Amino acid sequence: MANLMVDARNVRKSYGSNQVLNGISLTVQQGEVLCIIGPSGSGKSTFLRCLNHLESINGGRIYVNDELMGYRQVGNVLHELKPQDIAKQRQSIGMVFQRFNLFPHMTALQNVIEAPIGVAGIDPEEAKKQGLELLAQVGLQDKGDHYPAQLSGGQQQRVAIARALAMKPKLMLFDEPTSALDPELVGDVLDVMKSLAKAGMTMIVVTHEMGFAREVADKVVFIDKGVIVEQGKPKQVLDNPQETRTKSFLNKVL
Amino acid sequence: MDLSDDVVAVPLRHPWRWISGGIATALLLSFIWAVFSATSIQHDIVTKFLFDPRILIGMGVTVVVTVVCMFIATVLATLLAVMKLSDNPLQRWLATGFIEFFRGTPLLLQIVFWGYLGIIFPHLVLGVPYTDIVFLSGKTSDLIPAIVAGIIALSLNEAAYSAEIVRAGILAVDGGQVEAAKSLGMSSSYTMRRIVLPQAMRVIIPPMGNEFIGMLKNTSLLQVIAVAELYTASSTISAANLAQIELLMVSGFWYLIMTTVLGVPQRALERRYGRGFEVVGGRSAPRAFKVGKR
Ligand SMILES: Nc1ncnc2c1ncn2[C@@H]1O[C@H](COP(=O)(O)OP(=O)(O)OP(=O)(O)O)[C@@H](O)[C@H]1O
Ligand SMILES: [Mg+2]
Repeated sequence: MANLMVDARNVRKSYGSNQVLNGISLTVQQGEVLCIIGPSGSGKSTFLRCLNHLESINGGRIYVNDELMGYRQVGNVLHELKPQDIAKQRQSIGMVFQRFNLFPHMTALQNVIEAPIGVAGIDPEEAKKQGLELLAQVGLQDKGDHYPAQLSGGQQQRVAIARALAMKPKLMLFDEPTSALDPELVGDVLDVMKSLAKAGMTMIVVTHEMGFAREVADKVVFIDKGVIVEQGKPKQVLDNPQETRTKSFLNKVL
Repeated sequence: MDLSDDVVAVPLRHPWRWISGGIATALLLSFIWAVFSATSIQHDIVTKFLFDPRILIGMGVTVVVTVVCMFIATVLATLLAVMKLSDNPLQRWLATGFIEFFRGTPLLLQIVFWGYLGIIFPHLVLGVPYTDIVFLSGKTSDLIPAIVAGIIALSLNEAAYSAEIVRAGILAVDGGQVEAAKSLGMSSSYTMRRIVLPQAMRVIIPPMGNEFIGMLKNTSLLQVIAVAELYTASSTISAANLAQIELLMVSGFWYLIMTTVLGVPQRALERRYGRGFEVVGGRSAPRAFKVGKR
């Protein structure tokens, strides 16, 4: 079990009386791609946000790269970590959002190098060099000095991926990265994600792109109402689902 | 039909703009005429005192006090806004109390209070309580001259108003920005400084320009505690020569010049913090719609 990247155990999360995650347990090996599917409001985004402690959880444990996220365990007691320690943990987890969330007052290159320079303390010249390489990797070498508003949605999302990669994360989280995009722009973003997966990046992807899941995922998890209903190989879950809830969901999206 | 490239686009005409503009100009000209032709106003006195050294020095004091006060107020306001948005209830409570107190009492009253601090506390001692350690001690009126009292009064009052402007600016920034910053491992103070505040500036600057102009004019209230700013200078002169209206015109003229000049740095700041935002629908957009010969 040395190469376990994510180990979520019985994760619970509620907003007030609304129990959103109802005991989610799953593991992701290093280099694996996990796709999470499920109906709207089932808790997919919430689960991702718990993984990098953007949300604190009400029960269970999350280990990323053998580190307990957000807490320090002493005996049987969990002590919440200081904000700077949580920030440190987040550095090794990249996140890509449905609505890109690029920093609009910075150019594409500035977006990419802001955290390496300001957070990781990398030399600005070096960061710039790496930033340009990353932009080239996502096919945007000539867009470095464009502001986000001057880029298409697909280009913005690729900058966002480059920005997350710039912190050299061990794990990448994608929350419906293509669902805000025009259909003809989806392919470029998925291509970048595929090549990332091929290069061995550990990824958790919430998506409605069944084609992508089928082609890239090592494992697919179907979540409904905060519980894992079914999980397994993509072929198994997508083509031969066992549970009626999975079947009816797949019927609707396919 | 020949669909040539040489299409001439005729812009929409706006006749009412011209008509209303004409009426406004006519009214303005007749007002200026009325002022200049009034025999009760001695124009030679106006021109004589326009560049009087006392007036010019007063103007300098007004500018310095305005800039210093706005600087202090902006720093304090940012602090107050962040405190008011903090998770810590004590900080929220302190900031709210400060804002309510300074917004809830008249500015003139606050100025007089700080000006007369020397009567309430004739001696000021700065040191460690219940020990003999004293850093500073003396007569209050020496330690806090009128101009300092005026600056304190105006800055604190302005901070209370500006805090709400800064807070509104911070709230206008999309929550996704903070999430993205956090996910990159940025601390909350770093996020505030590098991600949130620069974007909030776009919303903050126009109303702060207003506040700046308001401050410039409010410095005239410092006349009541005898700070030698522009209005004090002009009223001191008119108390001697009894040409009240003429000297009001002198100081009014300079106030108008100063508030007009203030628009220049404001526009520069707006451009600076509008970077990355003006692309859609801004100056660069209409280019795509240009029709005609290339
Ligand atoms: N900050 C919040 N406060 C209160 N309730 C929340 C919050 N965020 C999410 N929820 C609730 O949690 C539930 C799960 O939301 P979540 O965003 O995780 O769903 P999702 O599976 O990502 O759905 P979608 O496919 O629409 O993105 C929803 O009922 C939602 O209303
Ligand atoms: Mg979601």
